[in-house]
Amino acid sequence: MAVLLIAEHHEGALKSGTLNALSAAASLGADVDVLVAGQQAGSVAEELASFAGVSCVLISDAPEYADQGVENVAALVTELVKASTYGHVFAASTAFGKNLLPRVAALLDVAQVSDVVEIVSSNTFVRPYYAGNALATVESADSVKVLTVRTTAFAAAEPTGALAPIKSISVSHDTGLSKFLSADFSVSDRIELTSAKIVISGGRGMGSGENFALLEKVADKLGAAVGASRAAVDAGFVSNDMQVGQTGKIVAPDLYIAVGISGAIQHLAGMKDSKIIVAINKDEEAPIFRVADYGLVADLFEAVPALEAALS
Amino acid sequence: MKVLVAVKRVVDANVKVRVKADESDVELSNVKMSINPFCEIAVEAALQLKESGQASEVIAVSVGPDACQEQLRTALAMGADRAVLIKTGSDLEPLAIAKLLYTVTQREEPGIVLLGKQSIDGDNNQTGQMLSALMGSAQGTFASQINVVGEWVNVIREVDGGLETRSLRLPAVITADLRLNEPRYASLPNIMKAKKKPLEVIDAGDLGVDIAPRLKVIKVSAPPERKAGIRVGSVQELVEKLKNEAGVI
Repeated sequence: MAVLLIAEHHEGALKSGTLNALSAAASLGADVDVLVAGQQAGSVAEELASFAGVSCVLISDAPEYADQGVENVAALVTELVKASTYGHVFAASTAFGKNLLPRVAALLDVAQVSDVVEIVSSNTFVRPYYAGNALATVESADSVKVLTVRTTAFAAAEPTGALAPIKSISVSHDTGLSKFLSADFSVSDRIELTSAKIVISGGRGMGSGENFALLEKVADKLGAAVGASRAAVDAGFVSNDMQVGQTGKIVAPDLYIAVGISGAIQHLAGMKDSKIIVAINKDEEAPIFRVADYGLVADLFEAVPALEAALS
Repeated sequence: MKVLVAVKRVVDANVKVRVKADESDVELSNVKMSINPFCEIAVEAALQLKESGQASEVIAVSVGPDACQEQLRTALAMGADRAVLIKTGSDLEPLAIAKLLYTVTQREEPGIVLLGKQSIDGDNNQTGQMLSALMGSAQGTFASQINVVGEWVNVIREVDGGLETRSLRLPAVITADLRLNEPRYASLPNIMKAKKKPLEVIDAGDLGVDIAPRLKVIKVSAPPERKAGIRVGSVQELVEKLKNEAGVI
């Protein structure tokens, strides 16, 4: 039974999480078809065709998929699955994947398994819940398994010399249920949180949004991404797309520097798989020190500028 | 226009859940239970729609054991007009919950159904999307702003990299993200008043819905523990360790 992987892309660029989900999908050993639904997304299809594990790229190029409206894309995916013999549907566990796959699963009348971190067999998967305090191994009895994959748990697929065929499919699904009005994407030269090798995050201790500039200066020196705890987002310091944690982004960089973050379980859920964790906090009792490889008890307003200077 | 808002009874966010020694499940006896934080945001959003004249009635609904009446009373104390409990003894999967909620939407015909984007116990982030699929409706997940405009509702969504604004045809399902609002506290007089508000209990078995589990939990295990490392005395020592010991910079 083949696997259908849903590609995520934006303005002609493939989103990197798709390549982690591709590795997970390919680990089943079956053919993997990758669906690119969009408009003028041919370059995304061509890029995908060169990656290891891709058997075929399916491209559905139509205006109704241009804005990635979930109602239309879910209808398309559901029809593809019903018309074929796919045993699995995969997507990365990103805002896009989390929005789409539960809808697809319900349309297929099957369960969806969220945030898979390990594929034990074709019907058995491991996923964290309770803010990562427990890992459930679940066995699916459904004919089609619909999974979102935690991107930090699977290495990204690599390009190969070979090119998989690209097949155009003309299935139109304009449900007319929703319309795209506008997007407001933070334009930043900074590397994305979920693919950064180094992440420096600030918490409530930062005191204000302006003070995040201190972290940005260090990030510039290290080529790092900047994140935040939920407390910092709640306090209005920074935008929600910077949130690392149970209900934000899950990261697992080589180095994670937590600054002014107490270390609530909800935050740890988003970063505890990082290779090296550094905590800088003036409260020596802060729970973050219990998971930190290197802890520095210090006032962040002195330590962070000193760190920037030491890296110069 | 009616607004239906789903609330879930979950382990309180401050409880560190532990796995049972026999790895069959997590230990949930004698732990503090609360309304799921994202459901609380959804309730507040529903109340604000009513207060701004965009909705006429707010109905809170929960699926679970009798004890969920506690969370429904919280929603009523915040200001919901009435509540429905779909009573079930078993721990249901999101698809089953979506199917049960769907029966309520068929009866009540709400213009907007609000849910939290995710419950902090199951961490599935599925129920709203599944309910929307069953209703054949538009879906606005991870909402940080909601504005009804005639037969449509504009929703600002928190997506990776920023915000997306979509217009959804009513009826629509919307799931609440963190920044949608700050839920109000129920005042003591309102807590008293809530005791007299209607709370209907329906047995899940009477709804004719297939709620059998599709997933079998084979094992529940604790994640590998991280050990605390060392304390460094200065920034210089930290940088030295990161360079020469950890080799990460």
